[in-house]
Amino acid sequence: MAKPSTPLLQAIGIRKLYGDFLANDGIDLDLYAGEIHALLGENGAGKSTLVKIMYGLIQPSGGELRWMGDKIVLAGPSEARARGIAMVFQHFSLFDNLTVAENVALGLDGSESFAAMSARLAKVSHDYGLPLDPKREVWRLSVGERQRIEIVRALMQNPKLLILDEPTAVLTPQEVDQLFVVLERLKSEGRALLYISHKLEEVKRLCDTATILRGGKKVATCDPRQETAASLARMMVGGEIGEVKAASGRAATIPRLVINDLSLAPDDPHGVYLRNVSLEVKGGEILGLAGVAGNGQDELFAALSGERMCEHSDDVIIDGHAAGALSITGRRRLGAAFVPEERIGHATAPRMKLSENALLTGHAASGMVKHGFVDKPATLATVDKTTQAFDVRKAKRDPEAVSLSGGNLQKFVVGREILREPGILVVSQPTWGVDAGAAAVIRQALIDLSSRGTAVLVISQDLDELIEIADRIAVMFHGHLSEPIETAQATREQLGLLMGGSAAGTAGAAPEPAEAGHAVSA
Amino acid sequence: MGMFEAIVLSVIAASTPLLLAAAGELVVERSGVLNLGVEGMMIMGAACGFAGAWLTGSTVIGALFGIVAGMAMAAIFALLTLGLAVNQVATGLALTILGVGLSGLIGAGFVGEKIVPAPHLYIPLLTDLPLVGHILFGQDAFVYLSIALTIGIWYFLYRTRRGLVLRAIGDNHSSAHALGYPVLQVRLLAVLFGGGCAGLAGAYLPLAYTPFFIPGMTAGRGWIALALVVFASWRPGRLVGGAYLFGAVTILQLHAQALGLGIPSQLMSSLPYLACVIVLVLISRTRATAGSAAPASLGTVFVPDR
Amino acid sequence: MPLVLERRAERSKLIAIASPLIAIALTLITISILFALIGKNPAQALYVYFIEPLIDPYSLSEIVVKATPLVMIGVGLSLCYLANVWNIGAEGQFLVGAVAGSWIAVVTNGTHAGPWVLPAMLLLGAAAGALYALIPAICKVKFGASEILTSLMLVYVADLLLDYLVRGPWRDPKGFNFPTTADFDPNATVPVLFDGSRVHLGSVIALLVVMAATVMLGRTIKGFEIRVVGAAPKAARFAGFNSDQLVLFTFAVSGALAGLAGIIEVAGPVGHLQPGISPGYGFTAIIVAFLGRLNPVGILIAGLFLALTFIGGEGAQISMKIPLDLTKVFQGILLFYVLACDSLIVYRIRFIASTRKAAHGHV
Repeated sequence: MAKPSTPLLQAIGIRKLYGDFLANDGIDLDLYAGEIHALLGENGAGKSTLVKIMYGLIQPSGGELRWMGDKIVLAGPSEARARGIAMVFQHFSLFDNLTVAENVALGLDGSESFAAMSARLAKVSHDYGLPLDPKREVWRLSVGERQRIEIVRALMQNPKLLILDEPTAVLTPQEVDQLFVVLERLKSEGRALLYISHKLEEVKRLCDTATILRGGKKVATCDPRQETAASLARMMVGGEIGEVKAASGRAATIPRLVINDLSLAPDDPHGVYLRNVSLEVKGGEILGLAGVAGNGQDELFAALSGERMCEHSDDVIIDGHAAGALSITGRRRLGAAFVPEERIGHATAPRMKLSENALLTGHAASGMVKHGFVDKPATLATVDKTTQAFDVRKAKRDPEAVSLSGGNLQKFVVGREILREPGILVVSQPTWGVDAGAAAVIRQALIDLSSRGTAVLVISQDLDELIEIADRIAVMFHGHLSEPIETAQATREQLGLLMGGSAAGTAGAAPEPAEAGHAVSA
Repeated sequence: MGMFEAIVLSVIAASTPLLLAAAGELVVERSGVLNLGVEGMMIMGAACGFAGAWLTGSTVIGALFGIVAGMAMAAIFALLTLGLAVNQVATGLALTILGVGLSGLIGAGFVGEKIVPAPHLYIPLLTDLPLVGHILFGQDAFVYLSIALTIGIWYFLYRTRRGLVLRAIGDNHSSAHALGYPVLQVRLLAVLFGGGCAGLAGAYLPLAYTPFFIPGMTAGRGWIALALVVFASWRPGRLVGGAYLFGAVTILQLHAQALGLGIPSQLMSSLPYLACVIVLVLISRTRATAGSAAPASLGTVFVPDR
Repeated sequence: MPLVLERRAERSKLIAIASPLIAIALTLITISILFALIGKNPAQALYVYFIEPLIDPYSLSEIVVKATPLVMIGVGLSLCYLANVWNIGAEGQFLVGAVAGSWIAVVTNGTHAGPWVLPAMLLLGAAAGALYALIPAICKVKFGASEILTSLMLVYVADLLLDYLVRGPWRDPKGFNFPTTADFDPNATVPVLFDGSRVHLGSVIALLVVMAATVMLGRTIKGFEIRVVGAAPKAARFAGFNSDQLVLFTFAVSGALAGLAGIIEVAGPVGHLQPGISPGYGFTAIIVAFLGRLNPVGILIAGLFLALTFIGGEGAQISMKIPLDLTKVFQGILLFYVLACDSLIVYRIRFIASTRKAAHGHV
């Protein structure tokens, strides 16, 4: 495609300082109309900071933006929107208790009446094949539908530039295909798109240009179709990524974690009903649990960990003991360990020291408490051991949890459990938002743990990750759990259909072996 | 004027300060801020309102003094909770403690003084109608204002764009910030508005309810107003019913005391507070099954990144 | 907005210690201005308020007497606030403890019942305070009712209960119609420690409470549980700590301490039950808890400091005609400054030009 001579939006030498931390360091970026431009980088590379500057949400410490050749200053998102810049946020900027129409209205400048806006909403959503019920409250909608609101809201501004921050992270492969049809159409309408992702295959498939950030600096601008996934990954990470080695000679033996026809009503009105979930995880295997966010994974994790009690004590069986009526402490004493999805606030108390966070899960079964008194040296020893075994980088021996980077804190919370040599490990999103190096360490640790005979259940939205490390994969949809499929026999299409709720997934057409290892972790 | 009419009139008078204060607090909470200092703002409104009216002889100026006093107190609250991200519960308590002390200091010189109470509306013929005449057409301006204010708040919240923005900020301040809405500024305005309402509600007491000032004369009305917002499930329509219900309890226990039924007067006096506890329990229990109606970001601190 | 908060990577230890001192300094400056405004010489007023009580032995002992209930209640409240549980009805629990304990004193009055009377009074006072505090706790756990509002409402109820009893069934027939019970028997009175002062055994109990709370918060798993539930409720659930049980526990403990403080106050310095036995101890203790940074030893110091303001305030009223309400104003302002300074432990403040100007400034 012939490029217009002047970029629609040009970023020149953008810098952003947070205290002493340089989040963006002299970044240049040219965005052209009719082009899909990928912004690639690991977590913490500075992608979000850069797009927030381009959307007027934060102010740069240096550098300038040019819009169709003219220098501009964006004092706020409304000024960006007035120029024709729209944004689809990764963590949706939606209001759960307001209706779809109200949510859309809040994204517009309010120059038209609510009735006129509603009529236009119906038209735009119909035109682009993104159906929405304007009167429904957002909390009733699925993740895919929520993203649809974000996209329709952006399109109703008739934007010249649309910024999408990790739009596919929460979608099934089929939903991704549908999204790409819309994005291709927007491109053909002459709009510029800035597509932020770390999924290299998607970028190669969709984007015309890619700019790669690392450590706040621009590393390269290239044509992603001329690159391999591996070469893009090298530029992102700045070196080779350690391959995760499957352990040889692992033999799955007896079931150590058994879920028996578990049904459970959600405890909050916005939650998901678990329906007749049954599963066996054997010692020595990793079982992957795939699914789009919000299909009951959080509820299942809570029921397995004992954060919520099950209705029958034999709903969950841990190493032969009926554990459904036990508290999380009781289950830990049976040799189970758990790692929840949120590092900050759930797996750790952010403003407490690491030693106290070791006590958080260790008080149950690790001899850290004697007669009600805390053995502080024992908690510190756990911190030291975890630090050593998992290469946790930190500024001092016992800092607050919140001061660690995402990757290092994740290594700590996973390591804290693995060092106890649990018989059963249930881990949710083990590498979410973690740099590639830490992700490789964590995945390897999970594989090694299973090879020592532990039953490992990995709940993840990252299908690539599950295909890489799991022996079998089951899919969660609307509170139901599918039969597990041997990973070696599974296809991406088949899993995607299951994630979308289609029973046809079990009879997948034109099987194509799933490829592993291309995605650099989320 | 018959007995029934007299009771209704006194119920209305007792309900009006509750409604005024609760209406203001409802807007504050809808924006996601929990200001527990209503009692402190009210008592300051009472002291300053009386001072203003006594010094100038004007009820209107007295009311304005009350509003300004409430807003000044609210500004302190805003500075801490919005500017310095201090815990809203603790700051609200501090506001009440300060208000009680400061109002005693200000009001000390006015104890025992009297003023002319706010005039009541009189429309010939209409006010003279039997039964409903005085009730509908013979009130003081505060009563009509409290009703108009509640309707105005309903209209603002559900029929205007600014009201939508305020509700959105109360539901999810991060999303609102991401869309470019000035979360802290909107909350500042809401808190100031709530302070003005509480100050006015406090001023009503010495300006219209009893024409003199006594230290501590709000007697927990600010706290009852806070409970009313919960009772109303954060909806202005239900606020009127709730305020009049509590006003009725307050007045009826007084009449029961006057009848001398042999029930200790202290037990009757404690009825409004006990009723408040019972209502909170009942309303919270029904809500537990029906999902929460509270604004989702109520009471949480928001610090934007830049 | 020109003022910007930045989250610190780590809590500032220096400011954590300095913050109460900065708050006190700022309060003194503010209060000096207030003195000047009401036409009093600030230097003289400060001297009467804060120095005079410290150089007079009797006033010193009175500070200890006043600090005793403040510290006991403050320690209990700090457990609640650490756990993010908002008991603001300690005043009511104090009164109910005083009433319940007094019941034994009233029925045994003049019977020479024996030395069991005082211990029984203290136990009953603590138990009644705990039970009264459990009402809002149960309403919260069972029904989700806001403990802030229910605990506060029950203060008014307790006040009226006390009023009813001393004007009705318990009124001293020989008391010239004053609303008060008869003076308690010696068996029903908390012994004084030093002749010539009113310092009593309750002060020793308060010290024991401070020590016990220090050990519990710093060394035991229960103390850890309290801190985690307050700081990160979801992490606490993950740790296996039951937040509902903790609501009941912290309310019961703080209610028991408030009730104990109540009966000690009645059976000690006051000597009989009457309205107005508390100059708002239950509310002032909230300030004590925060000024002491929710730390038992800090609360001990803070309790003594606020007791000083009560004594100094009385002195200032007598010698300089400064209204007693000024003490409350002082306490309120102090709490504001304490909360504001605490914010600086977690955040750093930067002043910047307005957003728009900053954006242009780099052009």
